[in-house]
Amino acid sequence: MEVIGKSVIRKDAAEKVTGRAKYTHDYQTGRILSCKMVISPYGHAKIISIDTSNAQKVPGVRAIIAGKHYPLTGEAIRDRPPIAVEKVRYHGEPVALVVADTPGQAKTAADLIKVQYELLPVVNSPTQAFQKGAPLVHEHLGEYKKEEDSHPVPGTNIATLYKIRKGQMDKGWAESETVVEASFSFAPSDHAAMETRCATAEIKPDGTIIIMTSSQAPFMVKRLIADYFGEDMGKIIVHTPLVGGAFGGKASVQLEVLAYLASKAVGGEPVKLLNSREEDIITSPCHIGLDATVKFGADRNGRIRAAEIRYLWDGGAYSDKAVDVTRSGAVDCTGPYDIENLWCDSYCMYTNHPYASPFRGFSHSELSFAIERTMDLLAQKLNMDPLELRYINAIKPGDTTPTRVKLNKSNVGNLRKCIDKLKELFNWDEGIIKEVNKRYVRVKGVSCSWKTSTIDSDAPSGVILTFNRDGSINLMSGVVEIGTGTKTVLAQILAERLKMDVDNIHVRMEVDTQTTPEHWKTVASRGTFMGGRAVLRAAEDVIQQLKEVAACVLKAPKDDLEIADSRVFLRDDPSIGLHFKDIGYGYKYPNGETIGQQIIGRGSYILRHLTHLDPETGAGKPGPEWTVAAYGVEIEFDKRDYTYRLIKACTVVDIGNVMNEKAALGQVMGAMSMGLAFAGRETFYFDELGRVLNPQLRTYRPLRYGENPQYVVGFVETPQLDGPYGARGVGEHGLMGMPGALGNALSNAAGVSLHHLPLIPELVWRAKEAAKNASI
Amino acid sequence: MLPFDFDYFQPKSLKEAVELFRYLEQQGKQPMFFSGGTELITLGRIDLAFSDAVIDIKNIPECKVMQYSGDYLFIGGALSLTQIEEANPFPLLTKVASEVADHTARGKITLGGNICAQIFYREAVLPLLLADSQLLIVGPEGVQTIHINDIFQQQLKLKKGELLVQTATERRFIEAPFFTVKRRQQWDTGYPLITIAALKIDQEFRVAISGLCPFPFRSQEAEAYLNRQGSMEERIDGALSVLPKPILDDVEGSAQYRLFVLRNLLYDALVALE
Amino acid sequence: MASKTITLHVNGEVRTITVRASDTLLFALRGKLGLTGPKPGCLNGDCGACTINVDGWPMKSCLMLAVEAVGKEVVTIEGLHDTPIQRAFVEEFAFQCGYCTPGFIMNCHSLLKQHPDADDRIIKEWLESNICRCTSYIEIEKAVKSVLRKEEPGG
Ligand SMILES: Cc1cc2nc3c(=O)[nH]c(=O)nc-3n(C[C@H](O)[C@H](O)[C@H](O)COP(=O)(O)OP(=O)(O)OC[C@H]3O[C@@H](n4cnc5c(N)ncnc54)[C@H](O)[C@@H]3O)c2cc1C
Ligand code: FES
Ligand code: FES
Repeated sequence: MEVIGKSVIRKDAAEKVTGRAKYTHDYQTGRILSCKMVISPYGHAKIISIDTSNAQKVPGVRAIIAGKHYPLTGEAIRDRPPIAVEKVRYHGEPVALVVADTPGQAKTAADLIKVQYELLPVVNSPTQAFQKGAPLVHEHLGEYKKEEDSHPVPGTNIATLYKIRKGQMDKGWAESETVVEASFSFAPSDHAAMETRCATAEIKPDGTIIIMTSSQAPFMVKRLIADYFGEDMGKIIVHTPLVGGAFGGKASVQLEVLAYLASKAVGGEPVKLLNSREEDIITSPCHIGLDATVKFGADRNGRIRAAEIRYLWDGGAYSDKAVDVTRSGAVDCTGPYDIENLWCDSYCMYTNHPYASPFRGFSHSELSFAIERTMDLLAQKLNMDPLELRYINAIKPGDTTPTRVKLNKSNVGNLRKCIDKLKELFNWDEGIIKEVNKRYVRVKGVSCSWKTSTIDSDAPSGVILTFNRDGSINLMSGVVEIGTGTKTVLAQILAERLKMDVDNIHVRMEVDTQTTPEHWKTVASRGTFMGGRAVLRAAEDVIQQLKEVAACVLKAPKDDLEIADSRVFLRDDPSIGLHFKDIGYGYKYPNGETIGQQIIGRGSYILRHLTHLDPETGAGKPGPEWTVAAYGVEIEFDKRDYTYRLIKACTVVDIGNVMNEKAALGQVMGAMSMGLAFAGRETFYFDELGRVLNPQLRTYRPLRYGENPQYVVGFVETPQLDGPYGARGVGEHGLMGMPGALGNALSNAAGVSLHHLPLIPELVWRAKEAAKNASI
Repeated sequence: MLPFDFDYFQPKSLKEAVELFRYLEQQGKQPMFFSGGTELITLGRIDLAFSDAVIDIKNIPECKVMQYSGDYLFIGGALSLTQIEEANPFPLLTKVASEVADHTARGKITLGGNICAQIFYREAVLPLLLADSQLLIVGPEGVQTIHINDIFQQQLKLKKGELLVQTATERRFIEAPFFTVKRRQQWDTGYPLITIAALKIDQEFRVAISGLCPFPFRSQEAEAYLNRQGSMEERIDGALSVLPKPILDDVEGSAQYRLFVLRNLLYDALVALE
Repeated sequence: MASKTITLHVNGEVRTITVRASDTLLFALRGKLGLTGPKPGCLNGDCGACTINVDGWPMKSCLMLAVEAVGKEVVTIEGLHDTPIQRAFVEEFAFQCGYCTPGFIMNCHSLLKQHPDADDRIIKEWLESNICRCTSYIEIEKAVKSVLRKEEPGG
């Protein structure tokens, strides 16, 4: 292959290293009003009154919205008023909007709005939410409009339940000689993309609604605003320029709705709403939390015979995308292991926490922590090498998934090969614990993961190709460039297929929903897969059209023609042929007569054979393929202080086929970095009132330069036959195994079993103290 | 984006600064000295600080000195922590300062601003507390030099309109052996869980701590225990028994855990300096 | 408390703008001079996305008032043209979403100037001022070191 696999320089490189790259907030042409939110200072409270009289008097204030009933919003269940009415359900919830001439005026006025609250009892964890008699987050759960496969239970805090029932549990437990059971939990946290979310909206006199937003889902914004407010879908145009990091956090639709309402309140004038960092952390959707209980039974050879799993997802105050996360957690609930007898309940719970959106890995990094810690506990009890245990239980072709999809060589990667390669790259044979001196030890932990992408069964991706007069090609796809470099990879796929120089392919970075063909959402590592397939179809379309004209001009059958280097030529005599520039807009004979026409290539792709899940058993096909990976983390642990440094992190992922080497490495290593930060440091700290105590980057701390370990990445390449050039999705996989591997390493090091995130030294100290007290 | 505006003054002399402060106050304003200015800028944004008349003291020559005069090292309050670090006239101060915030921010944060800050860690004061530094303070009543222990109790007890101009530290303290560690909740970023600074002078330990209580302090009672005869354990137990209150119990760490960390750090300090 | 007219030296040009005294330099650069390279990420001094150079040193432009910059030499990412560090960022894939990139490059640029012989400790001390949420930092480390190596005499 010529272009695939090469570290082709990214198409967005020049603008990004010169500061010319523009993100939503950077567009500031013409006059635009500023919108500022007033947000709830409490987790759960009744709104007694809202006094806007002083705020109204601030010069420049154009509109204040508060206390108004709008249609309820929310993707799976319509449970969320865009602006709180009657009560607030989470710290940070929008309570009022101010629109003013300048950001300063809007902020001044927002500060003057007085809201009187009456505190309500707070639901501060999904376990508490699950208890009988817990305070209700939604009193009228039964009255909400909802999607077919969400099942809220009125009178409880259950937003939905997905059940997996497979095999025979009695048989499984009977065959199990060794049983382990453990509980795990961690609070919600944040995506912390460097660009805070931002949306602008304008309603033109003819009713056209123009939105610009830093979103992973501009096409969803269009659909939902039409849906929620009865607007004509064709009149909604959503622009998304470059996006400054997303990680799932920008897949939810929130600020766009507020900007739209704000613009409406001022007669359609353009309005901008930019999250402050604090708002971005608490007001906009966060990374989901989880309380999990896992029970595994194994026979004497270490084969897992039965599993019983309960996930209580912390969906927060509104269910939105958390329902889908809960579903995804059910679908792959066991981790990448073949378990015949399986019982799993995956609940989406309402709490008084910020509500959740997808997070890179979509439930998998979270459930993996619980599963992979349990695997280590099982290995310990069986007195077995933890990688060996994973190896013998590894999922493989011929097995079925929890939802009973039969796996084959193409729709699942090769986990055993990943494990073998990990052993080698991670020097597994030198042992788990290596003494540095009396006080310090180097300790390893491992984990595995798998993931399918549970996306809508009718999710489309489209591509349009047009020619320039010089024969170069423009590529338009609805994939949003959120940093993953996917649009460069799409250009590579096109270049490979047309055997042309990738420099002669121009990709449009921005998306606008009026002229760019739809790509469902830029999530779930589906950009390369679905966008790539669409590119291949568009390429095919272009090839046919080019050959048709060329066949006429060259007086040769189409079958005798080849395409390469931006030319169509005779296979047996390449010197006879035509350059794209001579046929892209039809061929003009010397006498002026023209045949053919402007060539426009189109291609689209839709995933096939995806189905809903059976409500009682979970059976169904949730996603197209399963990517698998194995991981290791090595730390240096201080036995006296319980502090540790990250030494090495290793991921071996079955990537199908490497499309752009440096970009792929960057994706995997960047994801590992994020996973280690999530596992090792990031969390929301809540007080009794449900307030997030650390809503700033000074107290909510992503990984910094130099805190990172050395990264080792290995690729196994089991082509996915459906993928473009065999590619599998890879944007999330580096992350998913990090919490489990780090948790295992630290548990091994400290000699205590750790069950919570983040894995900070104080957690180890607590576990040590508890163990000490227990033994006294 | 600050939600309020202010008048901005850049006095060129101490006298002008002090008079300006008094004048503005008489005008009914809420004047504020502004050194690095990071507090007004970051806390003002979230309504935790306010001023309508800002007096920037960075252009006053006395606030920018860094030199020895006789046996004393003078450091101006408006020098940025980075400037102090790069010149490195006081290694313990360099070391402690270099753990505050981050390198770029330290190019803006100043010594005086950190000591007078509302955010209660004020880590840069620790070396000065240990080194019997003298503070040169100017105010409506003129210039005075005060021993730091007489004016820094939890915070610098300045009267309204008073300004910290310089610190003066005797050479023998600067050259004394020292030990300092900043321990955070996790890894290398963030506010202190515990920052400890210790110094040995005239055969005696001194120790100052930030992050344990909602103020930095040097505890002579604790030092008395540490300087006793006896086992390491007993001395540290004694020191821990006379700590000021309250012990912080917050998102960075629980009170009990902080004491665990402190115990080990005291041990390390003693070992390093014995 | 009217607005003030001030003159700034930005990217080698003399620019006169009207600001409020309480406007940060970041706000002025973006809003008044159209220089949107420096990015807001926190407005709290935490993330480094707004980093520029002032008199050759890195500065978080959200921590500085526009009026404080009078008389100083301000350089934003727009003032760099085809520098070795920019080329190295491209070669090493030291960016993904690109949002942190202008700030990171400005910090690296100043580092390379102030400490052309920087060792690992100094590089870490400087670069931990910025957050990159996308890359693993290894790419950025490689980019900086590739320039350091080239600038060594005879290297
Ligand atoms: C990103 C970041 C991270 C931080 N991390 C830490 C940390 O880890 N540890 C820590 O200790 N702090 C930390 N801080 C807080 C920081 O210490 C204070 O904001 C800062 O020290 C204030 O310094 P400044 O020079 O900007 O002071 P300014 O904002 O100028 O002043 C602070 C206060 O002191 C008064 N003041 C200033 N100078 C004088 C003077 N000479 N005489 C009298 N009064 C004066 C001012 O009027 C004001 O009230 C951090 C700050 C930032 C921005
Ligand atoms: S915006 Fe300046 S440091 Fe984050
Ligand atoms: S490239 Fe996205 S934050 Fe650094």
